[in-house]
Amino acid sequence: MAFRRLWFALPLATFLGVAAYLAIGLTRDPSAVPSALIDKPVPRFALPPLPGHDTGLTSADLVGRPQLVNVFASWCVPCRIEHPLLMQLAELTGVTVRGINYKDPSQDALAWLERFGNPYASIGVDSDGRVAIEWGVYGVPETFLIDGDGRIRYKHIGPLSADDVTTKILPMIRELER
Amino acid sequence: MIPEIGHYALVLSLVVALVQSVIPMIGANRGDAAWMELARPAAVAQFLLVAIAFSALTHAYVVSDFSVLNVVENSHSAKPLIYKISGVWGNHEGSMLLWVLILAVFGAAVAAFGDSLPPSLLARTLAVQAMIAAGFLLFVLGTSNPFMRVDPPPLDGADLNPLLQDPGLAFHPPFLYLGYVGFSIAFSFAVAALIEGRIDPAWARWVRPWTLAAWSALTVGIALGSWWAYYTLGWGGWWFWDPVENASLLPWLAGTALLHSAIVVEKRDALKAWTVLLAIVAFSLSLIGTFLVRSGVLTSVHAFAVDPARGVFILVLLTIAIGGSLALYAWRAPVLKAGGLFQPISREGALILNNLLLSTATATVLVGTLYPIFLDALDAGKVSVGPPFFNATFIPLMLPLVVAMGIGPMLAWKRGDLLGALGRLKLAALVTAAVGLATYYFRSGGPVMAVVGMAVAAWAIAAAIDELAGRIGLGRLPPGESLRRAARLPGAAWGTALAHAGVGIAIAGMTGSGAWMTERIQYLAPGEQIGIAGTQVRFDEVIRVDGANYVADRGVFSVLSDDGRVVGQLFPERRRFLVSQRVITHSAIRTTGLADLYIALGDPAGEDRPDAWTVRVYHHPLVPWIWIGCVVMALGGVVSLSDRRFRVGAPARRRAVAPGIAGAEPTPATRGGV
Repeated sequence: MAFRRLWFALPLATFLGVAAYLAIGLTRDPSAVPSALIDKPVPRFALPPLPGHDTGLTSADLVGRPQLVNVFASWCVPCRIEHPLLMQLAELTGVTVRGINYKDPSQDALAWLERFGNPYASIGVDSDGRVAIEWGVYGVPETFLIDGDGRIRYKHIGPLSADDVTTKILPMIRELER
Repeated sequence: MIPEIGHYALVLSLVVALVQSVIPMIGANRGDAAWMELARPAAVAQFLLVAIAFSALTHAYVVSDFSVLNVVENSHSAKPLIYKISGVWGNHEGSMLLWVLILAVFGAAVAAFGDSLPPSLLARTLAVQAMIAAGFLLFVLGTSNPFMRVDPPPLDGADLNPLLQDPGLAFHPPFLYLGYVGFSIAFSFAVAALIEGRIDPAWARWVRPWTLAAWSALTVGIALGSWWAYYTLGWGGWWFWDPVENASLLPWLAGTALLHSAIVVEKRDALKAWTVLLAIVAFSLSLIGTFLVRSGVLTSVHAFAVDPARGVFILVLLTIAIGGSLALYAWRAPVLKAGGLFQPISREGALILNNLLLSTATATVLVGTLYPIFLDALDAGKVSVGPPFFNATFIPLMLPLVVAMGIGPMLAWKRGDLLGALGRLKLAALVTAAVGLATYYFRSGGPVMAVVGMAVAAWAIAAAIDELAGRIGLGRLPPGESLRRAARLPGAAWGTALAHAGVGIAIAGMTGSGAWMTERIQYLAPGEQIGIAGTQVRFDEVIRVDGANYVADRGVFSVLSDDGRVVGQLFPERRRFLVSQRVITHSAIRTTGLADLYIALGDPAGEDRPDAWTVRVYHHPLVPWIWIGCVVMALGGVVSLSDRRFRVGAPARRRAVAPGIAGAEPTPATRGGV
């Protein structure tokens, strides 16, 4: 009988667990966390281009000068939110932004770029998400800062805010460019 | 003055709700008839007061009273009247007021139609309903008061978000809330029954009409939302697995499960504890949905009003309501006696399978929606899992559900005959095979899943028709006799068949749009043509049009027949709203009922081609069926509501134990449906 009672308490226990997470969630802002790949060279990879684009994205493209790699998808709502910021970043600051298009039908990705603009110097298509796994991507969007030697120096999870760009990303890029 | 009357009425309604949540509850415990009887006039008074408050706010919008902050922030004097009215709920404060209004409407409706309910159950149900109302009224008055004044008043307002100035979205929130909030009645009934400690078939018979009404409204609400997303937001997408969309799908899934499990309680006096749990869960998910949308813990295109203080308030409210009811459940549900026994292969068994699959689907969508919050709580940032996750998990759960949906209504209660049921579905199986083969043969490059999707859709529709045909003896009896039987068939039987067929129609639409959509994106200059799916479309010109509160570039496109005649015209627009200076693309759709031709006008091409425009043309086969299917489903719910069983009112408890008496069903007596 006591065991049977436990079953009836299960929904309550589940809900309390969910509520605790929701409470923590309320106190959170999009935040950056260190990744296991920080200061390691980018994983070796080669991704094909979107149909109609000339170049895809390979690890060789990420050597030479500091640049950003942004993992995005047309179905991802937070990506839509950070997108205008990437446009500004590419147009106004001259920072090279490259894209990894994550698990996205190519025509959707093209429609999205056509609609909102294309801030990316080049885009690699990661249709099955294999390369993203090697990069340690949890979900989209994520943004990586790569230095001139092709090492990952910083990783941002979730949509970038204007504040993240001006207080973290741009100062770090300037630091690396010196 | 009028806004103050509204504000005052809202405060009074809170007082009434507090009284209504305490006195009848005590009365029911003591057996004091006078105290219990207080619940009904209180529920009506609460409704009238909230209605006064809501009318006051609507009045402020209609006359553009810019001394009210809410009107300033969300309206503009040049806005068309319909959007002035829909602007009332197109913002956080007003939409919460609508939420409370609908809650009060349902409470007053239970009071009005509650004559046949035992007085103690009615008193407790209305008391629980008032507790929810009190919580949300406190929320509105404390953190989201729509009646705040500004001094001095500005000359004009900031206008409503242009995306919301749309007929689809004007009526989306009322329907959605009718559904969300409608589940509060099932919740209140469940909590009241737990307090009473007894649940019997009569209880299920009282709860089901309310659940059906809420479910039908929610179905329409979700359909309107996705239709809006289809023609304004997307490049032809109609469902994005966006957190806000999921927040409406979750109570729908749980509510669908509840509808079906309540049948088992009603007919067979079994599954009682489970049904009570589903009633609690369906409304809890509505509350969680409200929390997700209102608190800003998730990023979404739809979320307006993001304020952590409100989030904390709703979370506390949520914890009290859901935590409290589930604690009550843990304490009282073990007392409920299990009812009739049955074999796994039976109507009950099929409905349990339905419930298992629907609850698993609910849990899956909930996990996918909350996963970003969990990650965030574990210090891993905000991310989105998106369609790849949902498509991989949700669709495999829905396929067996639809297959079982065809067979379930054919099985008898207690012990069913699977082979016999399948035998009666021979015709449906033939149709399914034919459609599957035809799809395979003609699919022209679509994915293999399309064959499965179309076959499953055909199965759902054919099985629903097959079942109806069997009941009225179509082809077996003389036509006149069949017609007589059809006329005598209870509303519930028609409702089941309609709703199940609606599911099939919608699946066909979803499959078609996913598998065979084609698109062309191209720079076009006036006079040029573009071909899509065998149709030629000519771009004639772009003209300047002045709307009430926007200016637009309107593209004129002609659809040409094979011999070059113009058979139809489309006018997609790019609207620049004057106040917010936001540009909204307003696509144009020409539908044949079988497919949509969808045109969106993009930006001018730029310097190298000065007269050309970016034009996106889509061909969406079967896509209108998604919404037709949803409407048919909702219609099924409404037809079911008209069943004599519900209209006669809930019969006395003793009579209700014998199923099939109240319903005018000829043969077999044990049959029933949604």
